[in-house]
Amino acid sequence: MSLYRDEGIVLRTQDLGEADRIVTLLTRRTGLVRAVGKGVRRTRSRFGARLEPFTHIDVQLHAGKSLDVVTQVDTLHAYGSVLVTDYPRYTAGVAMLETAEKVVSVEKDPALRQFLLLWGGLRTLAEGAHDPRLVLDAYLLRSLAVAGYAPALEECAHCGVPGPHREFAVHAGGMVCSLCRPAGSVKPSPAAVALMVALLRGDWESADASAERDRTECSGLVAAYLQWHLENGVRSLRLVERA
Amino acid sequence: MYEGAVQNLIDELGRLPGVGPKSAQRIAFHLLAAETADVHRLVNALVAVKERVRFCAVCGNIAEETQCRICRDPRRDDTVICVVEEPKDVVAIERTREFRGRYHVLGGAISPIEGVGPDDLRVKELMARLSEGRVTEVILATDPNLEGEATATYLARLLKPMGLKVTRLASGLPVGGDLEYADEVTLGRAFEGRRALDF
Repeated sequence: MSLYRDEGIVLRTQDLGEADRIVTLLTRRTGLVRAVGKGVRRTRSRFGARLEPFTHIDVQLHAGKSLDVVTQVDTLHAYGSVLVTDYPRYTAGVAMLETAEKVVSVEKDPALRQFLLLWGGLRTLAEGAHDPRLVLDAYLLRSLAVAGYAPALEECAHCGVPGPHREFAVHAGGMVCSLCRPAGSVKPSPAAVALMVALLRGDWESADASAERDRTECSGLVAAYLQWHLENGVRSLRLVERA
Repeated sequence: MYEGAVQNLIDELGRLPGVGPKSAQRIAFHLLAAETADVHRLVNALVAVKERVRFCAVCGNIAEETQCRICRDPRRDDTVICVVEEPKDVVAIERTREFRGRYHVLGGAISPIEGVGPDDLRVKELMARLSEGRVTEVILATDPNLEGEATATYLARLLKPMGLKVTRLASGLPVGGDLEYADEVTLGRAFEGRRALDF
């Protein structure tokens, strides 16, 4: 398959040489792909804005030895042009893209569920119906869940006794009962834990009704949980701004 | 592997951007064969760039004195500031001969994925310049890519309460291109920014 076609989302771009760019894509069928967009940085490039981050594209690639080469590309949805007009939404979106790259991590290993999750997340973010930070936290929790790191929120992460429990231990994998409680556990408010459950399940009605204080606490827990489970931290999370 | 000095030179040249091991070797042997005076000129140019060149205290452009040539020029319009990412962009805009105001070089663009936030750019310096009160218009001329747009959005939001006229460079079709190859975002922008033809 020297020439293949796929559908994907541009996660990040890095400049290469004079006018080229390496684009990292999360594709529907092939998974994570790193490909060269030749001449993308020239103002008269035929690719133009199609290979910018956040763009959902229909792409034809030529398989190379280490990097593939983009030969044709068509835009399906340009989420970037919407997100970039709103700074909090943009920073949340960048954190989603970076997380997708770190969670999938292995190149050319199909990750359909991660692709669909990211696509849905970006679509929701672009629609602007919910607080961007909630959309980001929901994405982070679900992305970890798909990767096999779902936090235990309604039972003890250690012994499995059904909850509700009061303490959360990042390194234990979620909520813990009073008997299993390891050192370094924290006591989040029940409302913040309820918000995490709602985000993981996709219960937007409860999530949208949550208080600002609980959202901040929930974001802190999710960020700590994510950074613990990913080998390399998500750098852009530090710069996510609240709406 | 070559003898000490030659190998050293090849290693140093190989660390430059875009220079691979073979190119480094070719340049090293070219220098070895070149006239001593030519090599000295190159050495002097390299040393001078590190010793003499610094960043302009006002705009952040590269300069050989405390202020750059543009900031020192009294004929420039003090009421307009054009905000760019890199000193290279100042040169590109200067080539157009369309702009007679002052510049402000941010030193990059906001890129959360690379860990670059607003605090890592010369945003505070820009705000300090604007608070002096002489400026009436700020032109945001960051790159028309996602990071440049995000930086422009961030700055526009920051500048809004100051009551200044904030403008962004137009995006659209490149002169000499074909309409059918224009991507949707660019063509969409070109439509948004269309203007009446007055004859």
